[in-house]
Amino acid sequence: MAFKKHSVLPGFNLALGYTLLYLSIIVLLPLSALVLKSTGLTAEAFWHAVSEPRVVASYKVTFGASLIAATINLITGLLISWVLVRYSFPGKRFIDALVDLPFALPTAVAGIALATIYAPNGSIGQWFEPLGIKVAFSPIGIVLALTFITLPFVVRTVQPVLQDLEPELEEAASSLGATRLQIFWKVILPTLLPALLTGFALAFARAIGEYGSVIFIAGNMPYVSEITPLMIISKLEQYDYLGATAIAVVMLVVSFTLLLLINGLQWWSAKRMGRR
Amino acid sequence: MSRLLAAVLAAFIAVPAFADVTLLNVSYDVMRDFYKDYNPAFAKYYDAKFKDKVTLQQSHGGSSKQARSVIDGLEADVVTMNQSTDIDAIVEKGKQINAGWEKRLPNEAAPFSSLQVLIVRKGNPKGIKDWNDLTKPGVQVIVPNPKTSGNGRYTYLAAWGYALKQAGGTDAKARQFVTDVFKNVPVLDAGGRGATTTFMQRQIGDVLVTFENEAEMIAREFGRGGFEVVYPSVSIDADLPVAVVDKVVDKKGTRKAAEEYLKYLWSPEGQEIAAQNYLRPRDPAVAAKYAKQFPNVKLFGVSDFGGLQKAQKVHFDDGGVYDQIAASIAKK
Repeated sequence: MAFKKHSVLPGFNLALGYTLLYLSIIVLLPLSALVLKSTGLTAEAFWHAVSEPRVVASYKVTFGASLIAATINLITGLLISWVLVRYSFPGKRFIDALVDLPFALPTAVAGIALATIYAPNGSIGQWFEPLGIKVAFSPIGIVLALTFITLPFVVRTVQPVLQDLEPELEEAASSLGATRLQIFWKVILPTLLPALLTGFALAFARAIGEYGSVIFIAGNMPYVSEITPLMIISKLEQYDYLGATAIAVVMLVVSFTLLLLINGLQWWSAKRMGRR
Repeated sequence: MSRLLAAVLAAFIAVPAFADVTLLNVSYDVMRDFYKDYNPAFAKYYDAKFKDKVTLQQSHGGSSKQARSVIDGLEADVVTMNQSTDIDAIVEKGKQINAGWEKRLPNEAAPFSSLQVLIVRKGNPKGIKDWNDLTKPGVQVIVPNPKTSGNGRYTYLAAWGYALKQAGGTDAKARQFVTDVFKNVPVLDAGGRGATTTFMQRQIGDVLVTFENEAEMIAREFGRGGFEVVYPSVSIDADLPVAVVDKVVDKKGTRKAAEEYLKYLWSPEGQEIAAQNYLRPRDPAVAAKYAKQFPNVKLFGVSDFGGLQKAQKVHFDDGGVYDQIAASIAKK
């Protein structure tokens, strides 16, 4: 459909050409420079750089924590956007604006603030300390920081879709005898699923690359709470540009594969809904 | 309003026009306070001697990160670092500084030095007196990450050197000793300032190991009441080297001013400002004057490790001794 010769909408060639050019300059050029630089390593050296036990441990921390953070935001994000769209209450605009704050705040500020609050002597951390739970300076702290940073994504992708979802649909379902749970599972959730997945993917991708906030709260203990971006930084500290690029390429490939997968899932779920 | 804006803009643009020479000094984190005092003093001296105005700009950050910026093209006229390896890296990777820089100024081009001290909580509740107290069970030690911080690397080498200097000290014993110290480290911050924050603000740990001059910065920042400085029986002499960035000064034509700027660090006034900032001066007269604030500590140099460059390769590069130690701690 998109490639029909005489589209009703004019300007296809120009628009696509511009899109490709723009993406090439802004996205593809620096990324291909990255990949190109990593070819300065022999295959063996490349493998050695990316498969060191310490680096492998950091992959687990980064991707694991990002997955948990994105999942938490998938659920809470749905809840928040539901509250913001479906109910009206005093201070709603204020809360709506609050959601975007993690975007605006410098990530380092977020990290330092979280570390201060959740440190063993912090206002919240002190209550966890007697229970033997270390929030800051442990992997829990990493999840916390990533959850904070990626909060807006799911909310902002689900909100407009939810706004377009007419209450009449639910009323119709209800008048046909559906229970509330059935309405949620069969009417609301399928409609929101593509948006939810997009939000999840964005949150996940953002979390993988996050450095500024995590570094202050992670504690950075080798094999326990070191994130992959820190491994890249520590390679750079040794002027090992190639090693750093090698790890970056691994992150790039894994992230891209995961995003492709999620996009595919989204496409599939949208198609199942009967639209393109 | 717009006229005001224009006036403000004009003022900003006009400032460099007054100055005949502008120098950019790329330095590391904890030197901020020193150069804040030194720069005006030098500008005054330069103006009086050469009838020439000089404007000084500062850039601060982690030592290695700053060196990398210079390699990547930041146009620094001079670099003032906390490790000679950072300047060596500029020589090797960026080629902006000519080899032999450490011979062009006295004292291997390090106008002052510092050493690693132990900072403990008020009253020293854990009774920490020397390096071996850091290995005791139940003592938490705050050190910045040796992988990312020069400060952390000096601490690691100081502990290693201490163990080596004990009766019957061997490399194997030193390695075990350093392992035991790092076993007691609960948080590894990326840099020296981060470690200070962890210790002072978050109140984590029983002892912070850092530069002597950082201890003074802590006192100025957090007050003198909250901590005590413990001088260990032996410590490492941390030379803080400086160099002119040849490629940049030749291109900008600022060589004369840049060289004067560094040379003046060795002048009595420069040395005095250093001492006031708790950097150990080279000038014997200044050192004598400030002797009270610099207790005598037996020092060993990085030459015991075959120089910083070799120490970096053996201990801190990927797969080096520190990595093996970190791995052995994590497995337990």
